[in-house]
Amino acid sequence: MDYSQFLVMKQEIGLLVVFLLVFFYDLFMPQGSRKSLPGFTACCMTVLTVLGFFACACCPFFLGSSQEVSAFGGMYETSPVISAIKNILNIGAVIVLIQSVKWANNQNMHMRRGEFYMLLLVTLFGMYLMISARHFLLFVIGLECASLPLAAMVALDKQRYESQEAAVKYILTAVFSSAVFMMGLSFVYGLTGSLYFHKIYMAIAGPNSTLLIVALAFVMAGVGFKLSLVPFHLWTADVYQGAPTSVTSYLSVISKGATAFAFLVIFFQAFGCVYHQVWEWMLYALIILTITLGNLFALRQRDMKRFLAFSSVSQAGYIMLGIIGNNTMGVAALMYYILVYIFSNLAAFGVIGAIENATGKVSMDDYRGLSKTNPRLAFAMMLAMFSLAGIPPFAGFFSKFFIFTSAINAGTTAIYVLVLIALINTIISLYYYLLVVKAMYISPDECPVQHFKSSCSERLALGLTVAGIMFIGLVSPIYNWLLNLTSDAPGLLTWFVQ
Amino acid sequence: MEITAIYYLIPSLIMFCAGVYGFITRKNMIAMLISLELMLNAVDINFVVFNRYLFPGALEGMFFTLFAIAIAAAETAVAIAIIVNIFRSAKNVDVHSLDKMKF
Repeated sequence: MDYSQFLVMKQEIGLLVVFLLVFFYDLFMPQGSRKSLPGFTACCMTVLTVLGFFACACCPFFLGSSQEVSAFGGMYETSPVISAIKNILNIGAVIVLIQSVKWANNQNMHMRRGEFYMLLLVTLFGMYLMISARHFLLFVIGLECASLPLAAMVALDKQRYESQEAAVKYILTAVFSSAVFMMGLSFVYGLTGSLYFHKIYMAIAGPNSTLLIVALAFVMAGVGFKLSLVPFHLWTADVYQGAPTSVTSYLSVISKGATAFAFLVIFFQAFGCVYHQVWEWMLYALIILTITLGNLFALRQRDMKRFLAFSSVSQAGYIMLGIIGNNTMGVAALMYYILVYIFSNLAAFGVIGAIENATGKVSMDDYRGLSKTNPRLAFAMMLAMFSLAGIPPFAGFFSKFFIFTSAINAGTTAIYVLVLIALINTIISLYYYLLVVKAMYISPDECPVQHFKSSCSERLALGLTVAGIMFIGLVSPIYNWLLNLTSDAPGLLTWFVQ
Repeated sequence: MEITAIYYLIPSLIMFCAGVYGFITRKNMIAMLISLELMLNAVDINFVVFNRYLFPGALEGMFFTLFAIAIAAAETAVAIAIIVNIFRSAKNVDVHSLDKMKF
């Protein structure tokens, strides 16, 4: 066996090294210095992210002209685009790690602090595998590696009953959906005789059978569950509400971003040749349902975490719009949307987490008058809401703009109607995002949240996310960088015969 | 009488449907977990049968089955641990006790 192929998996190995460092730190350091484990983990991940971006920038020098490199008989593949999306996820993970410092060090959690960080790194590893997999076996391993530790993370708050309830709802639906997904895979295997994406692509190109449609529907249901697309979204609100806030923010951003990209990769690389015959209309229906129902349910929520859960359901629909464009610009728009969504959603969760850590309040009514007592937190929350709603100077506007543009480029009537529905939904979403801003700035306050001093780590995380919201949209090289990367890699959308 | 693939595929399909039905109708969480196991085992049978009868030249389906069994075991372990936690606080494993968070 050629061991040098492990060198292709540089990012996975880097993450594994971080995991081992954290593991041994937690195991062998004296009790007193374990308090700095969260900071240590965040530092390690920051180093990994910076190194990742450095390698990305210097890619031409290291890799030469070869765009895509694969390992393990083609089961694993990486390219500059894939490194870039992994780096984007790393940024999100770093921010989540910084946000979670205070929560991880509190009275109830300090016994399980190490577990939280190790499980988080393992799930990130699973998401890397999902993105890089070019064989369904590796994909399933990555999917389970990403979803099983997440269930344990949701259950981490042992004293709180809601956390347990959320965990049981999550694990039962996750296993159900992965069983449905694997059933679909077995049909695909029966039809094509292989689980390699490119061999499936070649084998199903002929006249399509009914079994293929069933198989694709099953596969889409399985991946759609992880993304919380609408018919499969029922776990989302309960799990987001019950889970500890740090876990919720991780679940809503990193897990969703990774799965969205993996969705794109498997559907174009494995089933791309039957796009128009089989799954184009399934995708349209899913997107319309996801955006509309997510918005309608978000309207009536009063609990902030539940509210953001439904908002993230509808955001997943917008992310999916990047896929229907079926062009490289769509891939760039999707990655850009994920990047912006990481910053906006983490800003919102950062504020919620800070208020919850200080006072234990999570209801929207508790936010009344926040602008008087905690003006900075209120300002950060307002920016996050504006960015999620897509109001012009902030990053959220540009990400929505690019994703709609890439979808329109496909240019059929059905897509015009779809984008129109998405646009109408943007206006509906504006209403509920502004409800939060209204509660903070306009509504009268009888007994507002008292003024409190948030911890240093929370302020650092909020500063990072606010800077991201303000500047990512205005700094155009970021989008250009993604666009250049993806336009060099059309192989991501279709599998070419060499 | 020759045993063909269909003699395996029909039981596997019945197992899968029984699993789905059980998952939806059972009230005991352990019974729901057993239903999930039924579904996962149906998948394993499918893979093995497709491999054995349609594509005997390679062993891809068999390998997938081996990994799927391991994954199913891991899933059960995590789920059981969480259900034990629920049992400690609610004193039963009835799904109707999971009603603190609702629409």
